[in-house]
Amino acid sequence: MGKWTRRGVITAGVVAGGALVVGVAIRPGNRARKLAPMVTEGDETLVSAWVKIDPENRITAIVPHSEMGQGAQTALAQMLAEELDARWEDVTFMEAPAVDEYANYMLGKGYLLGPAEVPEVLVGTLDGALMQVARAMRLQITGGSLSVRATGQYGMRIAGAAAREMLVDAAADAWSLPVAELTVRDGRILHEASGREAPFAEFAAAAGRMDPPYSPRLKERDEYRIVGRSVPRLDIPSKVDGTARFGIDAVVPGMKVATIKAAPVFGARVVSLEDASARSMPGVVDVVRLDDAVAVVADDYWRARKALAEVRIRWTEPDQQSVSQEQIFAQFDEDMARAVADGSGKTDVGRGDVSLGFAEAASMVEATYRVPYLAHACMEPMNATVAFDGTDCEVWIGSQNPLGTRYSVAGALEIDAENVTVHNHVMGGGFGRRATDDAAIQAALIAKAVGAPVKLIWSREEDVRHDHYRPAITSRFKAALDANGVPLAWENQYVDKHEPAEAPHIPYGIANQHIHYTDSPTHVPFGPWRSVDHSQHGFFTESFVDELAAAAGRDPYQFRRALLAEAPRHRKVLETAAEKAGWGESLQEGQGRGISLQESFGSIVAQVVDVTVEDGSVRVDRVVCAVDPGMAVTPDGLAAQMESGIVFGLTAALYGDISIESGAVAQSNFHDYPMVRMSEAPAVEVEILTSDNPMGGAGEPGTPGIGPALTNAIYAATGTRIRQLPVSRYDLGFSVDEAEEVI
Amino acid sequence: MIDFTVNGVRHSVDVEPDTPLLWVVREQLGLTGTKFGCGIAQCGACTIHLNGNPIRSCVTPVSAAAGGAVLTIEGLAGDGELHPVQQAWIDHQVPQCGYCQSGQIMSAVALLDNNPAPDDAAINAAMDGNICRCGMYGRIRKAIKSVAGVGQFDPKSGEVQHG
Ligand code: FES
Ligand code: FES
Repeated sequence: MGKWTRRGVITAGVVAGGALVVGVAIRPGNRARKLAPMVTEGDETLVSAWVKIDPENRITAIVPHSEMGQGAQTALAQMLAEELDARWEDVTFMEAPAVDEYANYMLGKGYLLGPAEVPEVLVGTLDGALMQVARAMRLQITGGSLSVRATGQYGMRIAGAAAREMLVDAAADAWSLPVAELTVRDGRILHEASGREAPFAEFAAAAGRMDPPYSPRLKERDEYRIVGRSVPRLDIPSKVDGTARFGIDAVVPGMKVATIKAAPVFGARVVSLEDASARSMPGVVDVVRLDDAVAVVADDYWRARKALAEVRIRWTEPDQQSVSQEQIFAQFDEDMARAVADGSGKTDVGRGDVSLGFAEAASMVEATYRVPYLAHACMEPMNATVAFDGTDCEVWIGSQNPLGTRYSVAGALEIDAENVTVHNHVMGGGFGRRATDDAAIQAALIAKAVGAPVKLIWSREEDVRHDHYRPAITSRFKAALDANGVPLAWENQYVDKHEPAEAPHIPYGIANQHIHYTDSPTHVPFGPWRSVDHSQHGFFTESFVDELAAAAGRDPYQFRRALLAEAPRHRKVLETAAEKAGWGESLQEGQGRGISLQESFGSIVAQVVDVTVEDGSVRVDRVVCAVDPGMAVTPDGLAAQMESGIVFGLTAALYGDISIESGAVAQSNFHDYPMVRMSEAPAVEVEILTSDNPMGGAGEPGTPGIGPALTNAIYAATGTRIRQLPVSRYDLGFSVDEAEEVI
Repeated sequence: MIDFTVNGVRHSVDVEPDTPLLWVVREQLGLTGTKFGCGIAQCGACTIHLNGNPIRSCVTPVSAAAGGAVLTIEGLAGDGELHPVQQAWIDHQVPQCGYCQSGQIMSAVALLDNNPAPDDAAINAAMDGNICRCGMYGRIRKAIKSVAGVGQFDPKSGEVQHG
C-alpha cells in the first residue's frame, strides 16, 4: 500500500500489538541533479523516515542516521513530533537497521548510480574494483550536515504529518464527526465542542487500515511548538553513567580480541613474518596475515597487544617509501606550474576577465598558502566486532554509514549483503572517519581466518597512522586592487578538488574571478574530514581577503562588509559577529582581533577571535560566532555544534600536522598529534540568527572559519601573516616592527 | 590472583600483573563505561579512582590495585540517584559523542572532592589531562562550577549566573 506524493511514497500499516507505522521514502529528482545535493543543497534527496505509535501512545521516530554526538537523532525526532502534534515527553527514537528499506538512497530499487557520480572524496576510500560498494556506500551515510536538512525536511516531517492526518481521519470515523471539527494536541485528538478526547493510540489500528494521504499538509514555521525549542538531547543520560554502548563495548559470546599493525608505508604489503614467539605467549589464539597488515588474536586486548609487539614483519618496499612531506608540497608546486604552462588546469569559477582587472591594477597582492594532512583522531579508536559462521555474518560497529558497511563486509567475505547484519552503535566521534569501512573489513577477514567472533581494536597509534586524512593542499592567490583599494580581480589556483564543489568560492562581489585547480594525486589515503574541503579553503580565502584589506589599508571587517552589497544575508551575519564582539574597540598591547566569514552546508558563519600573543605563544581569549542556519531545530544543540566545530578547527589551526616521512605518517598519538585542552579552550559565544532560508547544516559549519579568524588575529597582534598551518610552526616571539615572514 | 574492590564489590582476577587496570575493568569485569583512548596517559578517557585518587587506568597495572578500592563511572550514582556531577552534565547538556565523558566526570568528581570551589586555574589543572575531541570544554567548565556552587545554572538561558 503506497501513495506517491510529489516527492515520495508514503506507506502505512499496523504491526504486532496494534502499533501504527508510517513510512516515507523520497524519490529521486532528475538524474543529473540527484547526487550533488547529498553533500550540498539537500533538495530532492532520497531518504526514508518512519514513525511508530504503540498502544501506550509512545511515539518512536525511526531514523536512518547514526549518532556521533551531533544530536541529529533528537532533532529528527523533534521534526517528526512537530508535524504529528505529539507530546514531546512521549517521543523516543531508534536507529533504523542497516537494510535497504531504510536507505537514504533507493539503491534497493535497482536504481544504480553512474560511477562518474560517486563523489570524489569517497572514491579515495575505495578499492577501484569495488565500485558497486562505492554505490552502496552512499546509502545510509551520516555526513555533509545532512540529517536534518534532507531526512528531517523531506522525511520525518512528512511521516509525522501523514500519520497525524490518518489518525484524525480514523477519529472522525469513530466519532462520526467531521474532520474539520477535530484538533490535535499533545498526542491526543480533541473535539472541542463536545469535550471529547482520546489518545492517538486509540485510533492507531484503524488508521493503519487507511490509505495514507496523497500530500499531507506541513506546518508553517510560525506554527512550530517543538521545533525551535532547546529540548534536552535524548542520548545524553546514557552518556553520563557509562551505559551508552559504543562499538568498542560490544560483547559477543565466544569472542576473541584482536589488534593489528598495518604496513606503515601506504601501499606496502606483507612479505613475511616471524611469529613463533608471539604464538607462544599466554592467551594468543592466532596470528593472522592479511595482505597489508598483521593481526594478533588473543583472549584479551592486552595479551593481543603485547604479542603483536613481538611479531617481526617484513614489508615490501614500494617506491612511495621515499616520499617526504617536502616532496609532496614540491610536487604540488610543480603540478600547478605545469598546469599554468600547458593550460591543463580545470576551471572552477570563471567570471568576467581577470586579465582586465590585472591590467587596470593600482597594486597587486600575491600569496601562497599550505595546509597539511590531518587525522580525525576520533576519541574512540577504530574498532569492529564480527561473527561469521561461513554463511551469515553479524557486525557490531559504530558507523556513519552502516549500510555501506554491510556491503563492504559482504564484499570482503564474498557473500550476499542479505547475509550480513549490521548492529550500529553510537560513535565516539565520527567527523567523516567512520564513513570508511577499513576496520570492519579487517575484522571480517580476521574472524573468517580464526573461525570465531573477533573484536578488532586499533591502538591509537594505528588510528593516527592509518587514517583517511584530510588532504594537504597548496593554494595560490593573485589579486588586483584599484587606487581606492577596491578589488578588481581574484585569481586562485589550488590542487585537488573534492567536495563540496563550492568550497573555494567566495561571497564577495568581485567582478573578475578565475578560480582553477589541478590534480596532484599522492599515495596518502584521504577522506572526508569535518567540513570537508571547506576546512582548507575557508582558511585560504579568508586569509587572503584579510591580506587584501591590509594591502588596501582598510579595516578587515569594513573591507569585507563593503564587498557584500549583493549578499545581504552574509553581511548581516558578519555585522552581528562584529557588533557582538565589540569590533573597533581598542585592545591591549599584545592582543589582536581577527574576523572571518564562511558559508558551508547551507549555514553562514562569521567568527571574531581575540588572541593574546605573549612570549611567542598564542592564547585564544574569546571567540564570538554568529550563525545563520536558516532555522535551528534545537538552538542549544546548534550552539553546542558550533562550540564543538570551533574547538575542532582550533586544534587543527594551532597544532594539526600529519606529516609524511619515508612514505609513512610521522605522528602516532596525542603526544605528537596534540589536541586543544581545557586550559587552551577559549570562551565561545554563539549568536543564532534565524532567517526564512532553507535549513542549513550544524555539525560542520563551525569548523572552517576559526582557523583564518585566528591567524588574522595573530596578524593583527604581531604583524606575522600565517600562510602555512599549523600555527605551532611559527616563532611568534618577536614584536611588530621586526615582524617578517618566517616560512 | 589479585584482589580488590570495584564499586564496593570484591573481585579476584587471574591475569598477568602488568595488565592495565583499564582492560581488567572493561574485559574481565565487563564494566565498559571506562574507555580506551590512547593507552599512554595522554587523553584521560580511562580515568577511574583508585583509593580515592584519579588515575589513568591504561597505564596502571592491575597489581597496583591489589587490596585497593576502585571506583568507576558505573559506581558513581548511588541508589538510582545520579551524582551531582552527573546531573550537572545533563543540565548543561555536556556530552556530544560522550566517549570522553566517563573520564571527564571521574576527573571532575575527584577535583570537587578535594576542592569544593575550584577556580578556573584549579579546573584547568585538574581537567587538562582529559581530552574532549568534541570540544565541550566550555560546558564542562560551567557544569563543574555549577556543582561547586560558584555559579547557578539557569535552565532558561542555559547560562551559569555568577555571584
Ligand atoms: S586511555 Fe588512558 S589516558 Fe588515554
Ligand atoms: S564528547 Fe566526544 S570526545 Fe568528549
